[in-house]
Amino acid sequence: MIESVLGNLDTVLLWLFALSALVGGALMLVLRHPMQVAMALISTMVFLGGIYGLLGVHFIAAFQVLIYVGAVMVFMVYVIMLLDVRDPSLRGRYSRMLVPGIAAALALLAVLAFAVLHGGLAPAHASASYTLQQFSVAFLTEYWLYFELTSVLLVAAVVAALAVIKETGTDHEQR
Amino acid sequence: MNNAEMLLFVSMAMFSIGLLGVIVRRNVLVMLMCMELMLNAVNLSLVTMSQQTGTTIGAVLVFLIFVVAAAEIAIAIPIVLLLVRRKRTLDLDAYTDLKG
Repeated sequence: MIESVLGNLDTVLLWLFALSALVGGALMLVLRHPMQVAMALISTMVFLGGIYGLLGVHFIAAFQVLIYVGAVMVFMVYVIMLLDVRDPSLRGRYSRMLVPGIAAALALLAVLAFAVLHGGLAPAHASASYTLQQFSVAFLTEYWLYFELTSVLLVAAVVAALAVIKETGTDHEQR
Repeated sequence: MNNAEMLLFVSMAMFSIGLLGVIVRRNVLVMLMCMELMLNAVNLSLVTMSQQTGTTIGAVLVFLIFVVAAAEIAIAIPIVLLLVRRKRTLDLDAYTDLKG
């Protein structure tokens, strides 16, 4: 028993992490307070980072934890703490769209499952997967234009955020 | 079911959960977090297929999605703060200005 488990430890961990990530996602639907939802999302992201590490793409696992958990979710947690906790949206969790939403999610799940089951997955690549060096070279030679365009996107996002804040400031003074 | 198929099913289930959360939850911040969950699900499917085929394009796309997620949250949070300053609530049912 122990030997067979230890022999397939990677597979066991992969299924365990995948199950935990799904449970974290499901918890996001039922938890009441936004802070609890944020913690569930953070746990899901960390488990996804574990899955990426098990799949052998360690750099994506590192950036998953650094960018998503370290930047995006910390920002989100700050905003949750900044805003009022006595909010009417905390008493009723769900809007009136509960039944249509469940129907839409089930329909989407059915369509995606049909596509995967009938389209099939590409046959597994025979040779070893790419290395970090291959990825880096491809990233900065073949796809350099998109890499540069993301910097433009980030600058646009920063300027837009500043514009929104400035707009609210002047609007607030006028009223 | 092999591991790649299992990861694809987990990815699509997470995407559906994210869509469900965006539709049914009332809190704006929770909706934003459910959108992040959808982005994460797409990332998982990209990494799975990239490892399955041994090509780098999926990993490149994952990095670009990281940047898009950061930019999205940098825009969305000020908009939420603006809405809260106007309406004094995070409840989506209060935002009815566009209703005719």
